[in-house]
Amino acid sequence: MSELTRRSVLRGAVTGVAAAAFTGVALGLPVALAARGTGNDTGNDIDNTAGSVPHTGPEAFDETYRGRRIHGAPQAAGGHHHGGPGYAVFVDGKELHVMQNADSSWISVVNHYETFATPRAAARAAVLELQGAALVPVAV
Amino acid sequence: MAVRQNQANLTAAQKRAFTDVVLELKRSGRYDDFVTTHNAFIMSDVDNGERVGHRSPSFLPWHRRFLLEFEQALQSVDSSVMLPYWDWTRDRTASASLWGADFLGGDGRASDAQVTTGPFAFNSGRWAVNVRVDSRNYLRRQLGGGGRPLPTRAEVDSVLAMPVYDMAPWNSQSNGFRNHLEGWRGVNLHNRVHVWVGGQMGTGVSPNDPVFWLHHCFIDKLWADWQRLHPTSPYLPAAGTPDVVDLRDTMKPWNDITPADLLDHTSRYTYA
Ligand SMILES: [Cu+2]
Ligand SMILES: [Cu+2]
Repeated sequence: MSELTRRSVLRGAVTGVAAAAFTGVALGLPVALAARGTGNDTGNDIDNTAGSVPHTGPEAFDETYRGRRIHGAPQAAGGHHHGGPGYAVFVDGKELHVMQNADSSWISVVNHYETFATPRAAARAAVLELQGAALVPVAV
Repeated sequence: MAVRQNQANLTAAQKRAFTDVVLELKRSGRYDDFVTTHNAFIMSDVDNGERVGHRSPSFLPWHRRFLLEFEQALQSVDSSVMLPYWDWTRDRTASASLWGADFLGGDGRASDAQVTTGPFAFNSGRWAVNVRVDSRNYLRRQLGGGGRPLPTRAEVDSVLAMPVYDMAPWNSQSNGFRNHLEGWRGVNLHNRVHVWVGGQMGTGVSPNDPVFWLHHCFIDKLWADWQRLHPTSPYLPAAGTPDVVDLRDTMKPWNDITPADLLDHTSRYTYA
């Protein structure tokens, strides 16, 4: 059997596609809010190293990744989103529960023991993990 | 005396007894309550707010109590059953007997990661994933799919050598034994094993895979090993820490037990 793991094969297959699919900030948010993004979201692959995301919070994103629409945006403070600046992520319109760590990295409910530099990286990892399945609301 | 054994040393009869009881808890609905409880904590434990089950000093006593509760549920069905532990530094491949059809079943198939062997395969008819974050109701695994091997004994020893239990800010950024064992910092032990198994084990509803209990039983044993190596190192913090369970604070969801009550496991069980 190949030394390559399934996930690294997947990663290899999507490199290059992702950059073309990345549409940048496309949520019609105020420019000032959208401009809070860091610019180190290169769109090239899932970066699961904890990067130097400043605490001003990550930018909004909206793209099609491996056939799934993923989008995320800062939320007004006071919602149920916790673990950092209010931020919500969706896969095909269903909310993906995400959380920010103290070092600014992110995790999601489908990759809860693995950190990602940005919410978009967490959303892309969720798409790979879901293998086409739909998110469902989680009973708490 | 109640002894928790290495899963690799279980007899065929002990393996059968364990899986039969787990299946009975599933049938009765009690199993899924454990999954729900775990997910509720994992989603609400946050670095900058209240944190009890994870990313905090009480990660170890919380899971010790959670495992005791599960073990008591097992024993309410068959009083001879104890939790076994999985030493993933030794049994570190998908061909380990742990993953045999006579025990936990094997890796997920390539197409959809579905486990198709053993008592917890969906097609056995006895293991539907009900508490879930996506539409798939079958147990999934991608053993080793995360690309990083299981921790080595040397990596475990490097963490066991850390003399201080935990440190401010008492979260996923902390230095010290607890956070290195949990895996948010450093060589990464506990978190990495969840990722290595993949499937539901990588998610907030990780107790859907029965290997959750064997993994956490070994984490619990490593805490006990650490205590023996550092007999004068106390649980920290001692008192007065906002959002964090101090030594004599009660822990949710039980509200009747403190880390201090759980430091010595030997009155309840020992490790072989
Ligand atoms: Cu846990
Ligand atoms: Cu765990």
